Amino acid sequence: MTNDSAAQTGRRHSLRLMLAGVAGLAAGARAPARATPSEMQAAIAAFSRGAMPQSGSLRLVVPELVENGNSVPVSVMVDSPMTERDHVRRIALFSEKNPQPQVVVFHLGPRSGRADVSTRIRLADSQRLVAIAELTDGRFVQTSVEVIVTLAACIEN
Amino acid sequence: MAGALVKVQARARRGEVIDITAMVAHPMETGFRTGENGQILPRNIVQLFVCRYDGVEVFRAEFHPAITANPYIAFTTVATRTGTLEFRWIDDRGAEVIERAALIVE
Repeated sequence: MTNDSAAQTGRRHSLRLMLAGVAGLAAGARAPARATPSEMQAAIAAFSRGAMPQSGSLRLVVPELVENGNSVPVSVMVDSPMTERDHVRRIALFSEKNPQPQVVVFHLGPRSGRADVSTRIRLADSQRLVAIAELTDGRFVQTSVEVIVTLAACIEN
Repeated sequence: MAGALVKVQARARRGEVIDITAMVAHPMETGFRTGENGQILPRNIVQLFVCRYDGVEVFRAEFHPAITANPYIAFTTVATRTGTLEFRWIDDRGAEVIERAALIVE
């Protein structure tokens, strides 16, 4: 009796170990590359050439709750006269938890008329999105939005 | 790359800021996915979109793998004079799609 139950426990234990091993393997093999907040900071520093972005007059519009991370509508607007002397040069988007922090860079100018761009992006997870605009006076302004993703973009398959 | 879809109004007043939307059919393969044989599917994304108005660049976008398949983009430009808007997409393999739209400025 005692021997039996001991053997059973042993079998159960090894089964559990095996299962854990398989799960671990699967997790290891399937773990997608993820950007980290520090990688995002590095990408932002590369974009702003080291300048510290200030919070400023730009708006990042993303649905707060995203059902499908494979296609997330994103709009960025900057309050700017868009004249020859005073306009937005570039707008970039950064992600904290996608495989890469860079998302997109828009190049604008006085012929844009308005600083108002939209696109659709993939989000691998709930995370913070950052938008940064480069202005003609050399300043960088930024804003960020927290987004909750219920179904992540499929990174693997 | 196959088809492109561009929406621009046909006529505008001089100085009017017009809205443009542009989309191209493209899988935007991220380079992070594995195929059936376990090999990583090589990255192939549209990396660049450029809009020229009468030959002068007025807008450009650099895409990364986080942009969706069939990348969609909406932006604006000032209607300066009657002319042609040219839209060009270039992917990692060098494939190009070019689409044009005429704009009459009154």
